[in-house]
This record gives sequence, C-alpha cells and structure tokens, in this order.
Amino acid sequence: MKKEWPVWEVFIRSKAGLDHRHAGSIHATDARMAIENARDVYTRRQEGVSIWVVPSKEIVASDPDQSGELFEPAVDKIYRHPTFYDLPDELKHM
Amino acid sequence: MNTKLYEYILLLADNPLILGHRLSELCGHGPSLETDIALTNISLDLFGQVRNYFQYAAQVQGLGKSEDDIAFLRYEHEYRNVIMVEQANKDFAWVIARQFFFDAYHKPLLEQLAGSNDAQLSAIAHKSLKEVQYHHHFSSEWVKRLGDGTEESHTRMQDAINHFWPYMGELFEETALEKEMKENGTGADLVAIKPVFKSFTNEIMAEAGITVPSSEWSHSGGKKGTHSEHLGFILTELQYMQRAYPNMTW
Repeated sequence: MKKEWPVWEVFIRSKAGLDHRHAGSIHATDARMAIENARDVYTRRQEGVSIWVVPSKEIVASDPDQSGELFEPAVDKIYRHPTFYDLPDELKHM
Repeated sequence: MNTKLYEYILLLADNPLILGHRLSELCGHGPSLETDIALTNISLDLFGQVRNYFQYAAQVQGLGKSEDDIAFLRYEHEYRNVIMVEQANKDFAWVIARQFFFDAYHKPLLEQLAGSNDAQLSAIAHKSLKEVQYHHHFSSEWVKRLGDGTEESHTRMQDAINHFWPYMGELFEETALEKEMKENGTGADLVAIKPVFKSFTNEIMAEAGITVPSSEWSHSGGKKGTHSEHLGFILTELQYMQRAYPNMTW
C-alpha cells in the first residue's frame, strides 16, 4: 500500500487579485481535506480569499524536451510585442 | 475587585490554555506537515483567546498584574480547567477525540457567551467564534475520516473515543458559580449546551461508524482545582520561563 497521500496543487486568489495564482502544493486524501490543508498551510497570513485545489496528477505539462520547438520560434519575433507604435504624449498609463 | 467575575473568567480561559499547550507540544511532531500546521494554528487560536480573557481578568482583578502572571504564576490547584484537556497526546486519534469533544462544547458555549450582558465577554466570544467554527469542522471531519477509514484508524479512533468518554460529564457539571453567572445573565447555560453537544457528537460518531459508549459516569474535579497527575507536568513546562526568570519578557 502506498503510504504517501496524493499531492494537490494549490491556487490562491488574494484580496486584491482577480486571478488565482499557484501557491504551492500539499498532500491530502480527498478534495475536502485538500482545501482545508491548503487553508492551513497557505492562508495563515491573510494571503487569500479564495482557494482552488487540483490533483497534481491531473495537470498536463509541456515536455521540456520540446521546449525548442515550442518556445524558441517566438524569440526572434519581437514585433509581436506592441512596442513599435509611437504613442501621443497625452496618452498615459500604457 | 469582582472576585466572582474573575473566577468565572478563569473557568472559561483555563480550558483553552491547557488544551492550547497540549496542542503546542505537537509543533514539529504532527503526523504530516499539513496536520502539524493545522494543529499548531488551532493552538495559536486558543492562546489568542486566552490572552483576551486574561487581559480582562487582570483588569477585573485590579492588582496591577498582567495576563502572563495569571497564565504562568498560579499553583496547580488554582487552575480551573476540566481534566479532559490535560489528557496526553497518545496518538493522532487521541488528539482528534479530545479536540472533537472540546470543540463540540466550545462552539455552543461561545454562541451563548456572545449574548452575555458583560460587554467584554460578549466581544471575546464573538471574536473567538469564527476560529472555533473552523476547529469544530476540522476535528469532526477527522473523526469521520479515521472512524470510517482503515481497520487500524477505526480501531484507534474507537479507542480514543472510549478513553475520552468518561471525561465529558465534567464539561456540563454546573458549579455554584456557573449557576450564579448564568442566572445573572453574564455566563453560559451549560444545561442548555448539553443537548446541542450530544446531538452533534452522536451524529458525527454515527457517520464515522463509531460505537457510542453507554457509560454515564464521569471524572470531575478540575473546575474545583483537583486535577489529574498530568497537570503538574504540563505546568512545569508551561511555567518554566516565568519561574526561572521572573518577570522576563521577550
């Protein structure tokens, strides 16, 4: 029998934030325990107002061996950043 | 000095003080990182509540003493906690059973105190209640998980419930002071809390597949200062710093 509890990824939304951000991971036997453990481990210092937990095994990750073909083609396409426009001086906060 | 109010505050505060200490012993020794932090959080919640009570007690006492004097410089027979909260951390099931029974008592107690005609006690109860609602949820979920878990977790949970069962009666034993405080609108009504406690604990134990012990006999004496042998050991550790270095502060 496997002794270790399954791992869950924890996402916390802070009071000021709109999105849930990855905070870390915890161990738990079920979803409800995962929420409780995440609350105890990651929101002790008022870090959050909402918690998501996802079983780590359900997360599909990109393959590091493929990072060349996945990410390098974007490196020499800096024109995809909107940095080549001349903005009028009156325009603030861009 | 209002001696009766002072004594009543001790009756309220010594339970979370001693239970908080027992839980603090688990810091770094919990069964997993997550439960270790959870139990330590509960311990800190309880100490926070105790500070509020003792600051108020010091003020009521009017002798210029501090919360630390009241927490650390009394003798064993001057502590008013029930014997249940002194019981040792034998295993995780014991920790959970002790917490489960205490929380099932603590939550309705604070709900009543929130309506106290003593503004300070009412404010402390309001503030503590949210924390205790979480403790209540945490401990009852664990009773269900262990009771309805593996054969071993079930055996240990049943053993823990059997052990703590004959300590619960004391929670509801109304002393003359508690009766008086109830009648003058300051204190909680233990007689009314008991059925709330019973129906909640019975419901959770049924869900957990735990056999509810039938004995009605109970240990008692803690509220009057007659404790089990555990309290001396607890106080030795709890009071060490203030006894060895009087008036020390951090």
